[in-house]
Amino acid sequence: MSTVMKKVDAVIVGFGWTGAIMAKELTEAGLNVVALERGPMQDTYPDGNYPQVIDELTYSVRKKLFQDVSKETVTIRHSVNDVALPNRQLGAFLPGNGVGGAGLHWSGVHFRVDPIELRIRSHYEERYGKNFIPKDMTIQDFGVSYEELEPFFDYAEKVFGTSGQAWTVNGQLVGEGRGGNPYAPDRSNPFPLESQKNTVSAQLFQKAANEVGYKPYNLPSANTSGPYTNPYGAQMGPCNFCGFCSGYVCYMYSKASPNVNILPALKPLPNFELRPDAHVIRVNLDSTKSKATGVTYIDALGREIEQPADLVILGAFQFHNVRLMLLSGIGKPYDPKTGEGVVGKNFAYQNMGTIKAYFDKEVHTNNFIGAGGNGVAIDDFNADNFDHGPHGFVGGSPMWVNQAGSRPIAGTSNPPGTPAWGSAWKKATADYYTHQVSMDAHGAHQSYRGNYLDLDPVYRDAYGQPLLRMTFDWQENDIKMNRFMMEKMGKIAEAMNPKAIALLGKKVGEHFNTASYQTTHLNGGAIMGTDPKTSALNRYLQSWDVHNVFVPGASAFPQGLGYNPTGLVAALTYWSARAIREQYLKNPGPLVQA
Amino acid sequence: MKAVVIATLALLGSFSAVAADVDQPALIKQGEYLARAGDCVACHTAKDGKPFAGGLPMETPIGMIYSTNITPDPTGIGAYSFDDFDNAVRHGVAKNGSTLYPAMPYPSYARVNQADMQALYAYFMQGVKPVAQENKAVDIPWPLSMRWPLAMWRWTFAPAVADFTPMLGQNPVVSRGAYLVEGLGHCGACHTPRALTLQEKSLSATDGSTFLSGSAPLEGWIAKNLRGDHKDGLGSWSEEQLVQFLKTGRSDRSAVFGGMSDVIVHSMQYMSDADLTAIARYLKTLPAVDSTNAPHQYDPAVADALWNGDDSKRGAAVYIDNCAACHRTDGHGYTRVFPALAGNPVLQSDDPTSLIHIVLKGGTLPATHTAPSTFTMPGFDWRLSDQEVADVVNFIRTSWGNKGSDVKPADVKALRD
Repeated sequence: MSTVMKKVDAVIVGFGWTGAIMAKELTEAGLNVVALERGPMQDTYPDGNYPQVIDELTYSVRKKLFQDVSKETVTIRHSVNDVALPNRQLGAFLPGNGVGGAGLHWSGVHFRVDPIELRIRSHYEERYGKNFIPKDMTIQDFGVSYEELEPFFDYAEKVFGTSGQAWTVNGQLVGEGRGGNPYAPDRSNPFPLESQKNTVSAQLFQKAANEVGYKPYNLPSANTSGPYTNPYGAQMGPCNFCGFCSGYVCYMYSKASPNVNILPALKPLPNFELRPDAHVIRVNLDSTKSKATGVTYIDALGREIEQPADLVILGAFQFHNVRLMLLSGIGKPYDPKTGEGVVGKNFAYQNMGTIKAYFDKEVHTNNFIGAGGNGVAIDDFNADNFDHGPHGFVGGSPMWVNQAGSRPIAGTSNPPGTPAWGSAWKKATADYYTHQVSMDAHGAHQSYRGNYLDLDPVYRDAYGQPLLRMTFDWQENDIKMNRFMMEKMGKIAEAMNPKAIALLGKKVGEHFNTASYQTTHLNGGAIMGTDPKTSALNRYLQSWDVHNVFVPGASAFPQGLGYNPTGLVAALTYWSARAIREQYLKNPGPLVQA
Repeated sequence: MKAVVIATLALLGSFSAVAADVDQPALIKQGEYLARAGDCVACHTAKDGKPFAGGLPMETPIGMIYSTNITPDPTGIGAYSFDDFDNAVRHGVAKNGSTLYPAMPYPSYARVNQADMQALYAYFMQGVKPVAQENKAVDIPWPLSMRWPLAMWRWTFAPAVADFTPMLGQNPVVSRGAYLVEGLGHCGACHTPRALTLQEKSLSATDGSTFLSGSAPLEGWIAKNLRGDHKDGLGSWSEEQLVQFLKTGRSDRSAVFGGMSDVIVHSMQYMSDADLTAIARYLKTLPAVDSTNAPHQYDPAVADALWNGDDSKRGAAVYIDNCAACHRTDGHGYTRVFPALAGNPVLQSDDPTSLIHIVLKGGTLPATHTAPSTFTMPGFDWRLSDQEVADVVNFIRTSWGNKGSDVKPADVKALRD
């Protein structure tokens, strides 16, 4: 029998970026808001105390800020013909845990989106014809345009304190020769802060990319190029390139996080409560199954607590949002055999390729410094900035040097052929540790009929609920694109004139490797769209089936982007919050008629 | 029900005590503002206690005393007439005729004017929630517990109660600042040195250069010199920086710490911009104690050496490893976020207590309404030895043009616990 708490206007599941943004927006609208975070309270102090936080063993190796897989994990298989097994050691992706979520341990690359990626199916069909997209590729339009989202990208950047260089502002060219991206869509304002300085490695990439004929630009970064105060009055310190961003709490207050950028403004509010150690196990629905009555969670003492609410926001990590919908009976589960159903559909990831270039000792790359969002990139092969026609694949990749800091345990890398231990390894490490450049093709990943999420029939979590099952593998289009991108990026690497090059791309027939970290950019499963038959949410991230449930996050992306997702996640959350504030609260019900 | 009737009658009674043409809600609101200016809540509220219900322990040289309940409950000041209230606040005499311990800054409140006293009385009688909580007896042994010497003290040191009168020809903004600082703000209670007999050596700007010239250590902090000294006072601070500091706990180059944090949070952040400007402008009129007062001259030698990898100066390596990430090798810190050390008066005061304390224990910038971010400097006591703390403190006291006297490991040891 659960304890029933006092009803609130809105309950938010998860306190990462989307939860924090929604909490701020809904409290501004005058709602009483409770945010439930399954993990512990965390903040810059004491969790980011200097110098204790500069500890690779605790944070990166032992994964201090990530989900505890001894309590809850996912099962994984490559295809419907395989048996899924629980993922007992995080590797390929790193969901956050605790206040701030993945927003506390992210790197800080803060992009918008290439406009065509929001209407990818329409765009490809228009340019390349209906038959260009493979039959089993289930990519879809988001149902919202860049123009509609622009004000929300703009506001999110102001909240995050993002550093970068605009190309055009209101149609005026401002970024030429200054690090702007000629492929970037128009903006209503410049970045709140100027670009960060570039590392030597990024400068080498910039020079080489120019030589090859590409158009390098400065990565937009939510690591500050100077002190900053955001519209909420929250302050940030300046990034000092310490190189401990991804996986760490930023001790300089210079990496945007829900904790630094939003929580200070929420804390004093009488209509806001943050309840850590509250693990939500389901959304409760009324007898019609078309309205949520609140959520039920397990508190730190293992007690089952019911939190009634008029509005439920699922702001957990991508696959937790999907799992909660499946566990609660919100929306029809996806069936890969028939292609029917929507929840779990279009699970997509990122398609990465990496090249490492090794130099003589006179080229000093100082890899021990770095900033998670900092670097130089090209978009010549991102989105549809080149003619895909002759190449026969869908998707694009930005390519970059993003020197985020090489830490002592995992930061070493040696040229191909070097032994992995012993005196030869030591010598090579001494020779190359500060004389190498790593670059990535950060590829878009498409969605396919066979890549999906559902509830595992066998394995359960510590609370007795079925684990989420991930059915996922690389498809022909992914390998094709990856090989193309590796070849293009290889030209940049060669133009740097290195002593040796290591190519870390995908091979034909290669399967998804759960142990090898790519990115944490998991997408889809609770996707937005224009048709309830093919999407779980409408264009305002509102469940088609249960109108008082909104599900912001990358779970709403119908496929993976070339860029990092956080910028679009934040903009879509502000977009959804605006619809709740201006439309839903006045007249609760479906915002789009099915 | 009976209690409600009585309470209502009491309320009516107090209403009838004031002139009918006074806008009572406005008067109560004004009183609330003045109570903020006087920071009454700071002493009259125990940790986790009800506002104004008293019970906060305060250490005195002769033993522990406890603040009193000043809510309008019979156990508090519910039975106080205006004259009783005035006698306590401005004259230092309780309703029973005994003299208050001078932890109550009645020598400063003596210059609060009559109109403001009326507003304060209206607020405490009608704007504060009554709390039934008996006052706690002092923990002072006999014969020191006898109160008559306090009356002698009062006769000797407390000024005559008189409405504040601005100096002839004084700028009205500066006068307003003087009224707030010397009166309700009772800044001198901490920032003015005390004589052996514990009275503040001066109570106003006209009393001489000891006024607000900094205190001896209290609870591990010194209350700094607020006069025009560049080295350890406010000589290098602009009026704008002072206003920002009082309003938000931070300025371009500084951040609040120690006992002043509570003053910002409970009192100063509630002041109007006009009153904060008045306070700042008045403080900036106080001449330096040191007649040779010269502005800080930045010396780039240490920054250049560190930039070139030379950390041979004693304490430099400790500084690089622990401090430079935020305060930078050039000692300039980062605007509004990490305080500048170059030219910082806290680093250059003769008494290094505050500086050593903050290195050992760290500090958290409090959230204020207009600046909600709470930056924390972690403490380093778990990590640095007495010698290392002394080295790094001496390093920052003598780098970038700073001039501070030598600190010994024993000074650090004394402040460790």
